[in-house]
Amino acid sequence: MAQRSRSPQHPDEAPDDRAGLDRRTVLGYLLAAPTLAVGVWVGADALDGQVAEAAVPSLPQPEDLFDLGDLQNLAAAPTAGLISVQVHSDGTASFAVPRAEVGQGMTTAVAMMIAEEMDLPLDKVRVTLADARPELLMNQLTGGSNSMRSIYLPVRTAAAVARQQLVSTAAGLWDVPASELTTRDGVVTYRSERSASYGSLATAAAGTRTTPVSAQLKSASQFTVLGTPRGRVDALDIATGRKQFGMDLQVPDAKPTMVRRPPTINGTVVSVLNTNTVRNMPGITDVAVVSHGVAVRGATFGQCIDALRALEVTWGPGTVDGESDDTVLAKLKAAALPMVVPPLLTERVDAEFTFAFASNSPLEPDNAIADVRSDRAEIWSSLKVPIVAQREIATQLGLPAESVTVHVVEGGGSFGRHLFHDVAAEAAEISQKMGKPVKLSWSRTDSFRQGRTHPMCVSRVRATYALGNVLSYEQRHTSVQTDFGHGLGEMITATAAALPVAGNLSFAETIFELTQSSPYDFGVTTQLLNEVPLRFNTGSMRNIYSPNVVCAQELVVDRLAAKMGKDPVAFRRAFLKDDRLRAVLDKAAEAGGWGASLPPGVAQGIGLHAEYRGGVAALVEIDCRPETVNRKVKDGVTGPRVSKALMVVDAGFAINPRGLEAQMMGGLQDAMAMCLTSSLHIKDGIPLEGSWDNYFYTRQWNAPLDLRVIVMPPTTGKPSGAGELGVAPAFAAIACAYARATGTMPTSFPINHGALGFEPLPLEPSTPQSPTDGLDRAY
Amino acid sequence: MSSHTFKLNGRQITVEAEDDVRLLWVLRDLLGVTGPKHGCALGVCQACTSHINNRAFNPCSVPVSQIHPGDEITTIEGLPATVGKDLHPMQEAWLEHDVAQCGYCQPGQIMAAVAKVRQVAAEGREITDGDLDEIRNICRCGTYARIREAIKAGAKKM
Repeated sequence: MAQRSRSPQHPDEAPDDRAGLDRRTVLGYLLAAPTLAVGVWVGADALDGQVAEAAVPSLPQPEDLFDLGDLQNLAAAPTAGLISVQVHSDGTASFAVPRAEVGQGMTTAVAMMIAEEMDLPLDKVRVTLADARPELLMNQLTGGSNSMRSIYLPVRTAAAVARQQLVSTAAGLWDVPASELTTRDGVVTYRSERSASYGSLATAAAGTRTTPVSAQLKSASQFTVLGTPRGRVDALDIATGRKQFGMDLQVPDAKPTMVRRPPTINGTVVSVLNTNTVRNMPGITDVAVVSHGVAVRGATFGQCIDALRALEVTWGPGTVDGESDDTVLAKLKAAALPMVVPPLLTERVDAEFTFAFASNSPLEPDNAIADVRSDRAEIWSSLKVPIVAQREIATQLGLPAESVTVHVVEGGGSFGRHLFHDVAAEAAEISQKMGKPVKLSWSRTDSFRQGRTHPMCVSRVRATYALGNVLSYEQRHTSVQTDFGHGLGEMITATAAALPVAGNLSFAETIFELTQSSPYDFGVTTQLLNEVPLRFNTGSMRNIYSPNVVCAQELVVDRLAAKMGKDPVAFRRAFLKDDRLRAVLDKAAEAGGWGASLPPGVAQGIGLHAEYRGGVAALVEIDCRPETVNRKVKDGVTGPRVSKALMVVDAGFAINPRGLEAQMMGGLQDAMAMCLTSSLHIKDGIPLEGSWDNYFYTRQWNAPLDLRVIVMPPTTGKPSGAGELGVAPAFAAIACAYARATGTMPTSFPINHGALGFEPLPLEPSTPQSPTDGLDRAY
Repeated sequence: MSSHTFKLNGRQITVEAEDDVRLLWVLRDLLGVTGPKHGCALGVCQACTSHINNRAFNPCSVPVSQIHPGDEITTIEGLPATVGKDLHPMQEAWLEHDVAQCGYCQPGQIMAAVAKVRQVAAEGREITDGDLDEIRNICRCGTYARIREAIKAGAKKM
């Protein structure tokens, strides 16, 4: 069977040892600076473009040849601008990474790359987040699980050149051959005779003008840091409460600010009746009408809540006022693209699955600090596309882009939310209108009701089979439009000519085609997206389309296996196109005890998915027995419990296996939430959910007691994406397990969406008052 | 505006605030103590979990006027001092198990864990999965498995 799909093996690029030393020679630039600074072009070296191989029974889908991360790499290739590693006199190295850290462990992985190539202890590497750097063009976008893939080579290159420069500086000072020097733990040593710390060499090694310098990267066999499990570099700061998130930053006079919002999505202000009264409330300094509400600024967030609740506002309509779950669903069903294979002649499986709206809101409420003056502005926020934020906020404020400084701060989660800078833009608008610095926080209720959503979608699948073969697989995915207006669209426009996607596909269709493909040899295979243009506030949520598309696919695969009398694992094995996926499937089946005898109401399920040049098999066990389903938890939902889960991941090369495990755990929890409990109920133009006791993300009582992650040994030698990789296969596995445990294939997700499990908070005022019974609940 | 006096992380302090301002804002916005995180201000997510007289509570849900001069408030910043060390055993367990992802919920998770372990110990029991199921703190990154492991490990050293 052909060995190619979206986790293709790259024998020619795998472990660099095979290709010899020349492949490891890299080029950087010694920069003019007081202490050693080395720059490299980011992007160009990171390209890992894929080449099509021989034909396979199923024609390759676009994503097989070229995926979203490749697109991002390609877009980044011709960009100007260097990223640089600096070595300081105290022996530390620092690097401002042009990406966002939101919990995915990117700063730890980058620190490991630098520690490895420099022979420097990990705790001597300081990784910070770069401000918006427009000269990097679109190579400052954190998304599509692309960060490790795109900066793995550039960062290592800069570190290797820095080490090389320290060595040659020491050799010059000591008048000995550089080839006889060794480096270890931040010290250069000549035999047993001389040694010098990097810190003591940092000034002498500095450049006075830009000079190209080459160096050798380590081979994988020399690694002592990369590929080994490491704790997060910020773990101590987190556990002691010292880590500063956007919400914790203290910027002079940036006082707490909140917004009273309309009772429907994107509504507008018609009039405010009591501005002066509210401005005179305790602690309040300012009240201002803004695009989608009325802003109040005060001494504490609590007083902002009091003030925004006291405002008397009349509202204009929003953008989806007439829409509810059922009206949206009817529009989706009407817009589905037709199947091509006629429903005649052969046996077939036809299925349709509905996925409710979901929220990508992280735990840290949306926030941004803005200090807008007449001639300049400064913004602090967790932003995954800071360049677009800088440009658009500058336009909005009427300032030149270079007068707007955008600081990227570490975020308390993102899950796609921070691709958008709407919160930072609103903070800038408020600061400009009030003429004062503001620290804007959306309320929790705002984040659920007016924040970004993963749109409702319907996936139809038709598969035909005969004589032990699957002859066709068609999937028609219909979704409320996903807003990609955060920079990805620009990358696509800029690189359109290089894409293997023909015609005038929309941004969304292009991203769909670049991320979706069936891993099975199912004959004629087509997967198409159609979008319904409704103006909800949508956006990418972790793993975008894949959780829904793959869940639908794997449920149908299980049904095909049943109809054809095959075991689900054996059936997948027989039809898989990709050896790497087959390997993770085999490992999961073996290590997870596939086929174990379980009591009625408990069942196993398996799900497979490859994306971002990596692959995962998830094997879960779900408990649907009444005593589990009907557990009572105050203000919470219980339902079926995923009692056991195993995630087997092939990440090409796991930079930090411990961090990768964490991403798999998180992906599994997201999958449990999307499959079983978490959704938004849209009613009359707004979600009913307003708190974490309405939006049922998983809690401890939902979490599996037995969770294992197996990281496969390196396959390609190159890191795949990891942050989103686990969601889709786990979602599929849970859905398949549920179908087997209950004997009924679920067709609407999450499975408890039909019953509203809470009393909705009022729509007005838009933010509820904080409780006062905290002491009664102390334990 | 009135004066409110209480013990915060071992120090007797006085702060001026309106009576109904919730303690979370007094800590964060007026005193600059940002270890207790603002996650919902609804007493739901538990990211602000701190201790009052050694019991876990949510400062977002307590007006400052309910705090009395004899009350002892401990936030994550003051947790190590309660055992006279640089780190509380629960914090050490957190590092050992590399629990955190984004980290936003973790100060609250640690404070909740310490209180839960004390509660169970007071009942003369070892901590069980049933006890851990009762912890309501949300981790939107989903690192619940490592939280459970760390609590069990931390409990043994408390």
